[in-house]
Amino acid sequence: MSEKREISRRTFLNYALMGTGGFLAAGMITPMIRFAVDPLLKHSAGGDKVAVGSIDEFGAEPKRVEFKVHTKDGWYESESVLAAWVTKNDKGEVTALSPVCKHLGCTVDWNKGEHENEYFCPCHMGRYKIDGAHVLGTPPTKSLDLYETEVKDGKLYLGKIKPNPLPGVTG
Amino acid sequence: MLQKMYDWVDERLNITPMWRDLADHEVPEHVNPAHHFSAFVYCFGGLTFFITVIQILSGMFLTMYYVPDIINAYESVKYLQNEVAFGVIVRGMHHWGASLVIVMMFLHTLRVFFTGAYKKPRELNWVVGMLIFFVMLGLGFTGYLLPWDNTAYFATKVGLEIANSVPVIGPYAKALLTGGDIVGAQTLSRFFAIHVFFLPGALLGLLGAHFVMIRAQGISGPL
Repeated sequence: MSEKREISRRTFLNYALMGTGGFLAAGMITPMIRFAVDPLLKHSAGGDKVAVGSIDEFGAEPKRVEFKVHTKDGWYESESVLAAWVTKNDKGEVTALSPVCKHLGCTVDWNKGEHENEYFCPCHMGRYKIDGAHVLGTPPTKSLDLYETEVKDGKLYLGKIKPNPLPGVTG
Repeated sequence: MLQKMYDWVDERLNITPMWRDLADHEVPEHVNPAHHFSAFVYCFGGLTFFITVIQILSGMFLTMYYVPDIINAYESVKYLQNEVAFGVIVRGMHHWGASLVIVMMFLHTLRVFFTGAYKKPRELNWVVGMLIFFVMLGLGFTGYLLPWDNTAYFATKVGLEIANSVPVIGPYAKALLTGGDIVGAQTLSRFFAIHVFFLPGALLGLLGAHFVMIRAQGISGPL
């Protein structure tokens, strides 16, 4: 007889049992795991931009606009109202800032109180410059979020919210 | 690697005797299908337990999407079934498993009955088995309402009328199950609580007793 690596009956049966059992368990568990992690693998649908007004309405002075977006949250669909502070510079570049304070989520207002030409959050005295940059020494540690903007047929469209890369400024 | 980890724990906690006690017992010849093929009838109890495990697992995963509320229940079931990956499979497992568990349990009961395994000294285990049977029927009844569609609604109305027809306690049983004057928001919420907390809790306790008793008494002898 040539040298062969024998496996005992016990080892073979062990492997066979573990294999069959593992296959059965995997058949049960795989669909359930995929079912549970579905939110991770679903690409978010929200890409539609919403018209908020004619581009001519906006200038160097921030103007507040409100607009409705359609939200689909699983089986629950709703309209939610969002707001933005919109400015347009000399070159026609549009900036739309989210009014949600980056400190704890209160709503900021333009030119309120003693802080001129600044966004001010009344909750904890957070302050931001006109471009959304947070003022160092006030509670917020990030600049106001931006909306994606698009100008089409003389109308301004706002899209998804993205982080504002501007660093803080002393003020 | 795994062996090393096991040895490390075993050295400290001496876990080998615990699972050895569970796993090492000889299957009597008259129960082993390898000896007599007709012994496959002894598998029905184990199969019932296997399907029960599937029911518990798939049910746990279903509650990740399901909401027990009359406005959202149907929509959430529709969503998890049609828009979530493998939703149709996971809900299918729970749906078909619910029927299959009753079938397996019935076959297991027939085997126990016709082999006379319920006789002394195993009468108590028969009683516990009967309680498990009724808990399973309760799980089927309460789970049927949860999708909150027409079938579910009217089946539950019929079921509640049956409960109502029981002498003396019927109306109280019905009121307790309905939770209000109509089959509605309070009924759905109640059925959900019973279906996912109360009855599974009772079921696990009873199953534990069922298994401890069969290990203590051993499987009944050949015919």
